[in-house]
Amino acid sequence: MIQMALAALKTQLKNFVQSMFDEGVLDSQFSQIQALQDSSNPNFVDEVITLFCTDAERIITELNKYLGYQSVDFSKLDTYVHQLKGSSSSIGAHRLKLACVNLRQASDDRSKEGCVRALNSITREYCLLRSKFQTLIQVTHDLIVFVIRMIGLKLSDIMVKTL
Amino acid sequence: MAGGGCSKDTAVDFGDQPHVLAVDDNLIDRKLVEKLLKNSSCKVTTAENGLRALEYLGLGNDQRSAMEGTVSKVNLIITDYCMPGMTGYELLKKIKESSVLKEVPVVIMSSENSPTRISQCLEEGAQMFMLKPLKQSDVKQLKCHLMKCRS
Repeated sequence: MIQMALAALKTQLKNFVQSMFDEGVLDSQFSQIQALQDSSNPNFVDEVITLFCTDAERIITELNKYLGYQSVDFSKLDTYVHQLKGSSSSIGAHRLKLACVNLRQASDDRSKEGCVRALNSITREYCLLRSKFQTLIQVTHDLIVFVIRMIGLKLSDIMVKTL
Repeated sequence: MAGGGCSKDTAVDFGDQPHVLAVDDNLIDRKLVEKLLKNSSCKVTTAENGLRALEYLGLGNDQRSAMEGTVSKVNLIITDYCMPGMTGYELLKKIKESSVLKEVPVVIMSSENSPTRISQCLEEGAQMFMLKPLKQSDVKQLKCHLMKCRS
């Protein structure tokens, strides 16, 4: 029974991550990140996701700020979007990375309108990604809590039998 | 230890746990490269820019150049190319200008696959040029390549 429930949860998690790959939200680089999680670093994926999201939000805020000025400093924009593109690429956030490429192009073209459109796209992709990451972290957490509870039950089961 | 080997540099002894200095202005990339290197049994120190890297290596502006004859703290330096202030290329040049550090292999990482950039770095003495994002297989290959150069 427990085996089955555990297997079902694991499958749910696996399918969810797979859907992110299928939709192009994530690419194989994310698998690299997952593969780096081990017993010496059991929260690695969580930590990377958290770092990434904090940094991404900081950058998107700055991009909004700089695009809000009458006279746009395109080289400033470029510096920020370069950082976000780099992070997106390193974590495997495929669609977000592509959205960054578009902003870079619009910035190179010195098109404020193009930049605004591209930034909207970045914001959309980021929000989608963040929401999926949150689900991923939640399901993983639920899985862990489930396992711990099962272990707890098994232990108390054993104790009751030996008393 | 020493051994004849490669006609080129790398007079540094890796031992079992090479000490690597990883330089990158991007927080996520620093975390990633650190974990990748640790997984390959490296001891890792990170720096967020060229100036901090030079300070760590003892080549900072405020530091006296009484570093002559001192052994390098690190066995390998891996640096991002595109960094604000001092680029990875400029950092590479500074390292190659130092009598203490010029033998330390320097690897450049970049997200841009630019042939000009690559040859520029190799000409200046970079050991390798690696494309980002880095994968575990890249780091394994790197370690292999550097160990081979020793033996």
